Amino acid sequence: MNLADSVFIGLAVVTVLGALGAVAFRALFYNALSLVLCLFGVAGLFIYLHAEFLAVMEVIIYIGAISVAIIFAIMLSRPMDKSDEPRSPSASLRGAVCAALVFAGLWRLLSGARWAQGSGQLPDMRDIGKALLTTDVLPFEAVSLVLLVAIIGALVLSSPRERS
Amino acid sequence: MTPIPPVFEELIRIVLYGTLAILFVSVNALFLVWMERRVAARLQLRRGPIHVGPQGLLQTVADAVKLLTKELVRPYASDRFLYALAPVLAFAPLLGAFIILPLGPGAIIRDLNIGFLLLFSLANISFIGIFIAGWSSNNKYALLGSMRAVAQNISYEIPLMLSTMGVVLTTGTLRMTEIVAAQDRIWFILLQPVAFLIFFCASLAEANRAPFDIPEAESELVAGFHTEYSGMRFALFFLGEYTAIFVSSAIAATLFLGGWQGPLLPGPVWLLLKTYLLVLIVMWIRWTFPRLRSDQLMAFAWKVLIPFALLNLLGTAVWVSMRNLLA
Repeated sequence: MNLADSVFIGLAVVTVLGALGAVAFRALFYNALSLVLCLFGVAGLFIYLHAEFLAVMEVIIYIGAISVAIIFAIMLSRPMDKSDEPRSPSASLRGAVCAALVFAGLWRLLSGARWAQGSGQLPDMRDIGKALLTTDVLPFEAVSLVLLVAIIGALVLSSPRERS
Repeated sequence: MTPIPPVFEELIRIVLYGTLAILFVSVNALFLVWMERRVAARLQLRRGPIHVGPQGLLQTVADAVKLLTKELVRPYASDRFLYALAPVLAFAPLLGAFIILPLGPGAIIRDLNIGFLLLFSLANISFIGIFIAGWSSNNKYALLGSMRAVAQNISYEIPLMLSTMGVVLTTGTLRMTEIVAAQDRIWFILLQPVAFLIFFCASLAEANRAPFDIPEAESELVAGFHTEYSGMRFALFFLGEYTAIFVSSAIAATLFLGGWQGPLLPGPVWLLLKTYLLVLIVMWIRWTFPRLRSDQLMAFAWKVLIPFALLNLLGTAVWVSMRNLLA
């Protein structure tokens, strides 16, 4: 086993442990923090694959925005001394079924995938930016539309109700 | 003699640079605390610390030694693991900023092609540290302080990033060395004055500095998220705050004030001069302006900084494409 392999295994262990912690801990705050650890491991894997831009975006968006929003919601909704409620078995079962379905779908997709051989030249940020605004402009704009709808939805939900 | 394997060479480099960064950060924080107290004293017609050492320079060293000897008090109802983890998480990522700080032509630890984006991603880990500190202390002031801190940091991160994009559009690169090299004739503060102002305001808020220091507003929240911390754990937060001021000033100096460039003196000296000039302005602002209210703070980010940053970005894009058309 050379150094690259041990780095990869280390990152994979961090990612898997984080993912396990995200569902296994009883305290919600620990779940959220394990999710952060898991995402951090994924960012490490991106760096391992020389995709620094993706790694940085992973940290800024998934840790800096999404996980922080989750933690924020937990902090707003439950104080620290009220975190050890028993878990309902039916909810766990439903969660397990959903996770298994997603896993099966991904497994099918990945096992049937034919991976394109890279040219050896790693795309840098300039190439990513160009691709997003030329060849891949449709998915890019679709994503921005989804985000716009989400923003408007959040505004509608959080604006004070009119008394009529 | 057998050559050192590259792995160990890399490890030695990491240890060496890490030690140098920690050393610099500690000395810098001691100096900045002294500077802050002297600047505050001057603005308030006092004299500040003058007795320990020449001009009171050793006062902060004495304070640091006192902090080192203090007992680490942990609130009984706090979360043992997270309470100890938080100061480390809040402080350590700031050390990563020294990886991308260019001290001179070629004098940079790693000239990453993602450049200062690395810094923004590291800052996010710091916020999580602040979050954990507030939550694990199990104290209402700490919790409120950390919630304010994170809400503020999320909001001000957007104008911060948008303002730097003006510079990126002008130079077409994120590499710190290339951005500095592009300023050999004219500093970007002249080409991008709006971006510089926005960057400066937003980085003040990101470092939780007055007038944006509502997360630790003494009059409402005791000391905010680090209310329950004592001894060296408190000192780590303190160190983090002053390092954040230094780092954001150094990045501002690199992006907008020409970095290492300047006549006669060597590059690192110029960078430090520009950085400490900005730090002085930061302190001047703290002791001049009153603290904003929480809602004013949010409104300032979303209704003033972000629209202006977007306009600046649009204007820069138009200017750059005109320049490309004419060239």
